[in-house]
Amino acid sequence: MTWEPRPSPVVTPENEPYWTGGLDGELRIQRCRDCDLVYVYPRAHCPDCLGDGVEWFVASGRGTVYSYTVAHQVAGWPEAELPLVNAYVELDEGPRLMTNLVDCDPADVAVGVSVEVRFEPSEDGAFAVPVFTPV
Amino acid sequence: MDTAEPVYIAGAYEHPTRNAPDKSTEQLHAEVARGALQDAGLSKADVDGYLTAGVPEHEDGLPSLTPLIMADYLGLDVAFADSTDFGGSAYMSHVGHAVSAIRDGKCDVALVTLAGRPRSAQQATGTGVRALTAVQDTYERLYGATTLAHYAMAARRHMAEFGTTSEQLAEVRVAAAHHAQYNEHARFRDPVSIEDVVGSRMVADPLHLMDCCVITDGGGALVVVSDAVRDELDRECVEVLGHGEAIAHHDAGRIDLTRTGAVDSGRRAFAEAGLGPDDVDYASIYDSFTITVVETLEDLGFCEKGEGGTFVEGGTLQAPDGDLPFNTDGGGLCSNHPNRGGMTKIIECVRQLRGEANPEVQVDADVGVAHGTGGSIATRHGSVTLVLGGEDR
Ligand SMILES: [Zn+2]
Repeated sequence: MTWEPRPSPVVTPENEPYWTGGLDGELRIQRCRDCDLVYVYPRAHCPDCLGDGVEWFVASGRGTVYSYTVAHQVAGWPEAELPLVNAYVELDEGPRLMTNLVDCDPADVAVGVSVEVRFEPSEDGAFAVPVFTPV
Repeated sequence: MDTAEPVYIAGAYEHPTRNAPDKSTEQLHAEVARGALQDAGLSKADVDGYLTAGVPEHEDGLPSLTPLIMADYLGLDVAFADSTDFGGSAYMSHVGHAVSAIRDGKCDVALVTLAGRPRSAQQATGTGVRALTAVQDTYERLYGATTLAHYAMAARRHMAEFGTTSEQLAEVRVAAAHHAQYNEHARFRDPVSIEDVVGSRMVADPLHLMDCCVITDGGGALVVVSDAVRDELDRECVEVLGHGEAIAHHDAGRIDLTRTGAVDSGRRAFAEAGLGPDDVDYASIYDSFTITVVETLEDLGFCEKGEGGTFVEGGTLQAPDGDLPFNTDGGGLCSNHPNRGGMTKIIECVRQLRGEANPEVQVDADVGVAHGTGGSIATRHGSVTLVLGGEDR
């Protein structure tokens, strides 16, 4: 349940802190200073008020499984890496983030279990991909 | 809609093929256009509006320019065109937009076409990790999240929150398969049991192979006409009573996997029709996966949120005797899903309201709903609902 190396994300000035955060062991997400919304995915504007008064901060990296699936058939995914666990993790800060659950027995995964972020280097080595593992 | 000019679907045609290795997608568009115009009793020269979306085989991340390509190919001369693309729900939206255009006097005869060849193109429709094209893909597909995985996560959450079971989801496939046995064109015609469905291969837990729709080549077309044109036709027509649209999405991280855009599209369509779920005799519900149907039935108001699993138990969806007969052609689960299934939902609803469904599954229907869900309910999707009425209503 890992994919090494991870494909490289599409990195833009708008999302670069998100993808470089993992190199420093940090899950960086954003909040709006005007309306206090904490949100994913990265954006240079607030998706609630459309203001540009947004800032990055380091999230706790902890959350719970909001939902998940154990995928047994994924075209284009290395056969040896199946099954693959896709999940939405609800961060302690609120937003639900799509990710993979790694280093766990799929049988031990359930809605509501506590998880913690870790990072896997991207194919080009310049970025890091946040994934989660049960704690 | 009481004072608005009535607008009708006069022609409907579903391509009989489910496998078209020797035809182009454009050729299928032309064949269904011809079929729908013949069904209405109109000719190509009568067409002054054209609506279509998606040429999936040619997808390369660029706008497909589909209406330009297809108007050229078909030799159409139109005063109105639209290519709103909500994936599989696009065709419901096209009917709604054609109604508005006709009421605005922009056109009188609008042609809507769909065609696709995912089977011949051997597309990994539900299980493929596609290229990172949309701005959000890098946060989703990078994790191997497929269309199938998205719906499986919705199913898992529905189960965790409401106690929905695999056996309840299987009821949806059982009803579809029951109907498909009477459809000579259906991809899969064998009746199945709940045990067959839950015993089929697990493809993305908790969804089994039989929780997933078929992959077929094919297509369909509709002809939407003004009241004046309808008066000149010797053809039973179906009135478009209501239309509603919604886009539901990730919502900055507040996504709710148990709630679809049908909550909003259904409310809008019923309000426009001046009707409610209790008035509906027949329902065409987009059935990419069994969970899509359960959530949509809740969101359209046929039962309370969370009670969809209980609602479908015991043959509720089976024609002709169930309380809410659905997808009587076998639907996307058993009959036809040429990449996008919204078109076939409308066509079967028209057949039901005209009394032209397969005799074994024909119900006494005056009011029908055709609902489309395009995209993925665990990321972003279009929901479009049509309320349709028969002539003897
Ligand atoms: Zn804000």
